[in-house]
Amino acid sequence: MKRFIGFVRKEFYHIFRDPRTMVILFGIPIVQILLFGFVITNEIKDAKIAILDQSHDEITKEITNKLISSGYFILEQKLKSNNYIEDSFKKGNIKEVIVFESNFEQKLEREKKASIQILADASDPNTASMLTNYTSALIYQYLRELNGEFINNVQITPEVRMLYNPYLLGVYMFIPGIMAMILMLISALMTSISLVREKELGTMEVLLVSPLRPLQIVLGKVTPYFFLSFVNALSIVLLGKFVFGMPVTGSFVLLMIESMLFILLALSLGILISTVSDSQQSAMMISMFALLLPTILLSGFIYPIENMPAILQWIAYLMPPRWFIIIIKDIMLKGVGLLYVWKETLVIIFMIFLFIILSVKKFQVRLE
Amino acid sequence: MDKHEYIINTVDLTKKFGSFVANDKLTFSVKKGEIFGFLGANGAGKTTAMKIMCGLSKPTSGHVNVAGYDIYTETEKIKKNIGYMSQKFSLYEDLTVYENIRFYGGIYGMSRKNIRQKAENLLTKMEIKKYRNNLIASLPLGWKQKLAFLIAIIHEPQIVFLDEPTGGVDPITRRQFWDLIYEASHNGITVFVTTHYMDEAEYCDRISIMVDGKIVALDSPENLINKYNSKNMDDVFVKLARNPSVKL
Repeated sequence: MKRFIGFVRKEFYHIFRDPRTMVILFGIPIVQILLFGFVITNEIKDAKIAILDQSHDEITKEITNKLISSGYFILEQKLKSNNYIEDSFKKGNIKEVIVFESNFEQKLEREKKASIQILADASDPNTASMLTNYTSALIYQYLRELNGEFINNVQITPEVRMLYNPYLLGVYMFIPGIMAMILMLISALMTSISLVREKELGTMEVLLVSPLRPLQIVLGKVTPYFFLSFVNALSIVLLGKFVFGMPVTGSFVLLMIESMLFILLALSLGILISTVSDSQQSAMMISMFALLLPTILLSGFIYPIENMPAILQWIAYLMPPRWFIIIIKDIMLKGVGLLYVWKETLVIIFMIFLFIILSVKKFQVRLE
Repeated sequence: MDKHEYIINTVDLTKKFGSFVANDKLTFSVKKGEIFGFLGANGAGKTTAMKIMCGLSKPTSGHVNVAGYDIYTETEKIKKNIGYMSQKFSLYEDLTVYENIRFYGGIYGMSRKNIRQKAENLLTKMEIKKYRNNLIASLPLGWKQKLAFLIAIIHEPQIVFLDEPTGGVDPITRRQFWDLIYEASHNGITVFVTTHYMDEAEYCDRISIMVDGKIVALDSPENLINKYNSKNMDDVFVKLARNPSVKL
């Protein structure tokens, strides 16, 4: 045990004395979370629009007001004719143009039908479709209010409630994703690099010749990263809660236990990577390419797995972060207990054992 | 000779990697307290044999006994009784002199008091007391190498294995390094050293020369020079390496 503590202490020296390691361990996670939180957002706020009102009547004014007072849109420009539409898009700051046809109110009264054209800048397709959805929703809402006043027909009014994320906040989606990504990357990357470094320096041989058992060596190298990653997990949850208002409705203890399991998984993956790479660079490349991209693309972090081609869906099953993201989303947002996430938890535990067994096999082959 | 005088015994030590034979039936013994040179060209199989004796890998066949323990079943005991220094010096550059000493003392299970005392002696011997809290990275190469050696024997092993320990240092430092080796040997530590440098070979008590996985000669440097009618070890080595069949 004393040997082990000495070993862990040495490992902490390595970490705290290397500015690069410190930046990767503590700088990057915080920067990432703030970046994702403040920069990448898929909510609409203050989108600049232009309106071409060829009718100028009571109703078009009311609709315009409704749109602008919603907080989603800012009226940047009032256009005088069709000719200006193209131009205003080309200038680049306008995302959407709304065109009311002439005699809008009259048509609505006489023919019960009038048209509004919504043009959106679809060079950014996500924003475009979101903008048009918001706009049409607001217009429908206005129409319902209008009908309510004049006609007392039987009406079906769907009442939509968004469960677990009533305001459709992006943070709810990205905090679990970022957490999975950071824990995966930091734990796996840093352990694989630090293990491979001992190989590169030749100190690994000396350690193996010493009475330390290989298991002790690996545990000694991994333990500091386990603690530091845990600190990271904790700070991500706290940042999420206090800066971005991401709630933890479920058990905090369970959340932390699941995080520890996931850290173990990432560490065992890091160990596996270290057994197949001989230089710090290759360890870094493998960690980056094998872990970062799949974590972002195939874990359901940003893109829903259900919409992927079948093959990719199958591959997504193999992605460790996928399961972790399901678990923490469920705990944080739905407030469920272990009863609901035990399957995912088992998958993670299974993967830990799998990677450790593979690493041991690889390690023995190397020794032969 | 009495069997107890030998600290390493190998009989028909063979190591194969697939169809490649790295060590072909090596049989040799190393006496307690001697400096045993293990010579050979690159790829002759020196490092493979050394790794087996250190317990880093298992032989394909043959008997190996190190410090009185069997290589197949008692690796743990062997590890406690040997020291090892690799060609890369194996000190941690981002740790201080004292931290390196404490770390290596620690993994050999030495007590804190013992480590402190040993460190004191070591720093005094090397006259680097005032550098004890300097990072290894800031020391000159020669110092690192001497320090690496002294740290490799800090737990007073019975045998110390040195894998090409003097690569890349100047002749004066090499000479000083060998003074440390003599001293260790004088204190009863058996030194097993692989080297490329033939002048170094002459510092050894006995040497074995390996060519293509086989030991082609094993004797004291003087005897070998006489046997092969050579001027020096360099000459002996070239003769043997060119034509291993000139065996006597």
